[in-house]
Amino acid sequence: MNSGPIIEIRDLRKIYQVGKVDVPALRGVDLTVKPGEFVAIVGPSGSGKSTLFHIIGGLTPPTSGEVRVAGQDLAAMTEAGRTRLRKRSVAFVFQKFNLLPNLTARDNIAIARYIGGSDSKPEASFEEALRLLGIANRLDHKPSELSGGEQQRVAIARAIVNHPAILLADEPTGNLDSESSKAVLEVLRGLNERLGQTILMITHNPEAAAYGHYIVHMRDGRIIERA
Amino acid sequence: MTAKLVLENLKHKPMRSLLSILLIGVPVTLILCLVGLSHGFLEDSQRRTRGIGADVIVRPPGSTLLTLSGGISDKIVDWLGKQPHVKMAVGAVNQPVQGITLGATGIDLKQFDRMSGGFTYLHGGPFQGPGDVIIDQFYADQQRAHVGDRIVILNTPWRVSGIIEGGKLAHIVFPLGVLQEKTSHIGQVSQIYLKLDDVANTAAVVEGLKEKLPDYPIYSMAEFTSLYNVNNIPALREFIIVIMAIGVIIGFAVVLLSMYMAVLQRTREIGILKSLGASQVFILRIILTEAVILGMGGTVLGIAMSFGACWLIRTVEPASIPMVIVPFWWPIAGVVTLIGTALGALYPGLSAARHDTIEALAYE
Repeated sequence: MNSGPIIEIRDLRKIYQVGKVDVPALRGVDLTVKPGEFVAIVGPSGSGKSTLFHIIGGLTPPTSGEVRVAGQDLAAMTEAGRTRLRKRSVAFVFQKFNLLPNLTARDNIAIARYIGGSDSKPEASFEEALRLLGIANRLDHKPSELSGGEQQRVAIARAIVNHPAILLADEPTGNLDSESSKAVLEVLRGLNERLGQTILMITHNPEAAAYGHYIVHMRDGRIIERA
Repeated sequence: MTAKLVLENLKHKPMRSLLSILLIGVPVTLILCLVGLSHGFLEDSQRRTRGIGADVIVRPPGSTLLTLSGGISDKIVDWLGKQPHVKMAVGAVNQPVQGITLGATGIDLKQFDRMSGGFTYLHGGPFQGPGDVIIDQFYADQQRAHVGDRIVILNTPWRVSGIIEGGKLAHIVFPLGVLQEKTSHIGQVSQIYLKLDDVANTAAVVEGLKEKLPDYPIYSMAEFTSLYNVNNIPALREFIIVIMAIGVIIGFAVVLLSMYMAVLQRTREIGILKSLGASQVFILRIILTEAVILGMGGTVLGIAMSFGACWLIRTVEPASIPMVIVPFWWPIAGVVTLIGTALGALYPGLSAARHDTIEALAYE
């Protein structure tokens, strides 16, 4: 495994323009993540956690600073380049699951694979991941027919089907009861431990945060502690 | 996979999809009906003219394909009958009954029978007196008339003496003298049909007659029937173009509205696809594919509805303009519709492709 950092961020700043007012969301963030790490990011609302995720995931460009993700410089990246990054290098798991409601679980996974550039059947290792996720027998159901925990596990399966370098989980247990939350967190831990998946997870839940190798605390657009 | 996503999206809102298809189908039907009616009218006129059995037709000076201005003295009929190679000349009086779609013809029945081989009577027979009329099966069906019934034509009641098979001369046939008197054309005919001794002499006879009667439009029958095409019906081609333009506009408007609403409803899903790495082209392709499927569905439904319209016209007004199905126009109507739908989907598609992913994901 390459021991160099998979995420390298220096003095990252992001300013949103709301009307004529500049709203700083990130005020100089430095963060380094090595491959295979499971990082929990915690902090109050408005602390810049989601903005940090959006920049790492290529959903929005940084205003200034240096951001290297999977060897790619995001600061110099075009919209098309960020689209390629989302296609191949990073994947998201959202609090609201964000599955396509008209497609079955299987097709939700298949379309991610199709967008990722492959129309063939996933590899055997993915079958193992499906077993780990415990949704193998629920794949032909639509999201409305699945429980919250099942939907989130499908969302995780969809996120990892293209073997992204980084999995960004934005409050993955925020909409789940404690039992389902535990199951999802165990799945994330399993992916990290068995498959070496690098995971960054935003959470408000201290118990969830404890699943990470370390916890990054954010406040007012800055990282204030790494524990 | 794109097709599957599009189909699932269409299935997800079946009423929206079906309504869109129906609305797109209406202008397709409109185009096909207009074309079907035009072709039906022209083909029916051709068939009935050919059924006369003449080789040459002489028309009044200044007449066009659809209009017969003035008349020809019936002395010219006799004169034409004595010309070289002319075996017989038959004069006929034409009178519109319902615009250009339904006309009556006055004819000397014995002469006409000799020229054409006679009508095929389904019921009854030839005229028995001056108050008689012969009608074809289409008009009889339309009027629910039987032999012996009295029907009003040109504000006068007539007794039906016979019902003939359609496709020869006219839907309504009167004795020549009766229609001449009724239409104040005593001693005049509307056009003259010539039967030649040998059809091979047609060109020579036409040329010879044109020299002797320079003001009269004179055609071989083949030439005359070939004039029955869309380009020779005043303003018809322009009318068809206008209807096609309306088809494009309706298709455009329906799809624009439908896809705009769909894009709005699917803002979050578009955000999800973009978060998975879908490019702007991919999003645009999904919207355009959906519009094209709606357009194709509309075309198929429009074609099906044109069959319905055809059946309806034949059932309710069998003796009016007979509508025919013109499959040649199906791809034309389809392309017109697809142009409209693709244009209509362009703005919603581009709008969807340019959605900000973060805002789209936050959309409730």
